[in-house]
Amino acid sequence: MQSFAFIRTEDASTAIASGAKSKTAQQGASVRFVAGGTTLIDLMKLNVERPEHVIDINRLPLDRIEPLADGGLKIGATVRNSDLANHAIVQRDYPVLSQAILAGASAQLRNMATTGGNLLQRTRCMYFRDTASACNKREPGTGCSAIFGANRTLAILGTSEHCIATNPSDMNVAMAALEATIHVQGINGARSIPIGDFHLLPGSTPDRETVLEPGDLITHVTLAPPAPRSRSFYLKLRDRASYEFALASAAVVVTVEGGRVTRARIALGGVGTKPWRSTEAEALLTGEPVGEPTFRRAANAALRDARPQSQNGFKVELAKRCLVHALKEATL
Amino acid sequence: MQDGIGEVFAQCPMEHTMNTRQQVFATPDEPVATRSESATGAGDVVHVTLRINGTAYGLQLDPRTTLLDCLRETVGLTGTKKGCDHGQCGACTVHVDGRRVNSCLSLGVMHEGEEITTIEGIGQPGALHPVQAAFLACDAYQCGYCTSGQIMSAVALLDEACGPEDADVRECMSGNICRCGAYPNIVAAIRQVRGKP
Ligand SMILES: Cc1cc2nc3c(=O)[nH]c(=O)nc-3n(C[C@H](O)[C@H](O)[C@H](O)COP(=O)(O)OP(=O)(O)OC[C@H]3O[C@@H](n4cnc5c(N)ncnc54)[C@H](O)[C@@H]3O)c2cc1C
Ligand code: SF4
Ligand code: FES
Ligand code: FES
Repeated sequence: MQSFAFIRTEDASTAIASGAKSKTAQQGASVRFVAGGTTLIDLMKLNVERPEHVIDINRLPLDRIEPLADGGLKIGATVRNSDLANHAIVQRDYPVLSQAILAGASAQLRNMATTGGNLLQRTRCMYFRDTASACNKREPGTGCSAIFGANRTLAILGTSEHCIATNPSDMNVAMAALEATIHVQGINGARSIPIGDFHLLPGSTPDRETVLEPGDLITHVTLAPPAPRSRSFYLKLRDRASYEFALASAAVVVTVEGGRVTRARIALGGVGTKPWRSTEAEALLTGEPVGEPTFRRAANAALRDARPQSQNGFKVELAKRCLVHALKEATL
Repeated sequence: MQDGIGEVFAQCPMEHTMNTRQQVFATPDEPVATRSESATGAGDVVHVTLRINGTAYGLQLDPRTTLLDCLRETVGLTGTKKGCDHGQCGACTVHVDGRRVNSCLSLGVMHEGEEITTIEGIGQPGALHPVQAAFLACDAYQCGYCTSGQIMSAVALLDEACGPEDADVRECMSGNICRCGAYPNIVAAIRQVRGKP
């Protein structure tokens, strides 16, 4: 691990001003905030992250979950994943979020991991984690070792010829289906970003993963009030029953009236280079009768643009079945 | 990869690399640089007071020192084990303010003022924690390398929202890998402590 200076602050503006001294908020940042540390310290040990300054944000007053006047929910950036998943309002109004978080990592890691850190967790692509390998995300221009290498766990949606890495988060998939808004404080003030605009597709710059700029501090995430009479479900499929990343997952939030779907929000995990909202599947579900034929059509639409790699062709059908099954759980 | 203990020690003043409690123990009123806001240069040692198993330790840490290495190498509490060093096995599980965490993915300097509990702090020979006693009674280990982490997880689980079934226990304990495969007896030990037949 490279040497760094450690800075602890109880004040957001100090953290933001220190963060703004980095040239980038993306891969190669010279200043990093540390929250749970479960992504950052892991990658610092591998020399994939080499910050010169590490700013501990755990003492900032960002650790609260508060109901909003409109019926929505405000979730602080340093709220631990376990506290979010076990919160009574989340379990009642946004069960898909609770289920997604509890499907991820382990009890110990969820006690450390935070809302902000989870939004920014990095891919598990093995070449990204290995400084001896070529990787455009870690070192732009060196090539992508995964395209002709071990890509079984990598993405089939949103890939480019430069990077096919999966966004590994479970929480993000539920946040995408819930259309969460991410609130950021930067050197030029505060702004809010819909989750769909927060993560970037790899394109020709896979080292750029989000719209964050140097100094930007995620302060909180807000959720709109739960859609009336909606039901939600998160299904995660993986190589072992627990403590394993998704090969495919689906977060669904659906409202059914008179046997027909009147509203649907669909997101997939484990298959996309970002948390994968499928408006195509949502459009095909809306107005249609509940049941396997409708769900299958929606799943086909969600995976229509899938581009499997040499080892992950199985994910196309796996993701479809995952979505169909999740929709059944939420509606039948 | 160059994240060895030697490197951390090389950055520390000699007296703080010795694994005796006396030498790392500080007077309680020694000023603590990291209490509110502090800035250091790269490689600078950070002064921090950690409360471990009810005792305050004044330490000077290279900020790179993980909580795990700090416990084992600086303070000399070697009951907590290093398996993977990357959050993937659970051998390093300790409690911070009563919650179980992987000490390998946390920095020692992040824990000023928090209560850290290790396997040494929950029970001792002659005064075992009920979970320790149940692990003995149920033969819940083979080589024993994962055991302190398993026990720290199991103790935390008793206060968590874990369902009553063995399947629930397996899910709640999934963050602790046992290469020897002592899982059935680990589940039996936890069942015994929770008062299930
Ligand atoms: C073995 C293992 C298994 C795992 N399994 C799963 C799994 O199955 N599913 C899953 O979803 N996840 C899994 N994870 C990932 C885990 O969920 C993430 O590591 C965690 O959510 C990151 O949160 P953190 O608070 O620890 O982030 P940190 O490591 O503290 O930070 C991560 C990044 O976010 C930045 N950051 C943090 N907070 C802020 C903020 N408020 N504003 C701006 N930037 C910020 C940091 O600078 C850093 O770059 C696993 C991790 C491990 C180690
Ligand atoms: S898939 Fe992306 S992260 Fe993996 S090797 Fe290729 S460029 Fe790097
Ligand atoms: S040593 Fe910490 S999880 Fe393996
Ligand atoms: S007893 Fe040997 S690893 Fe668990």
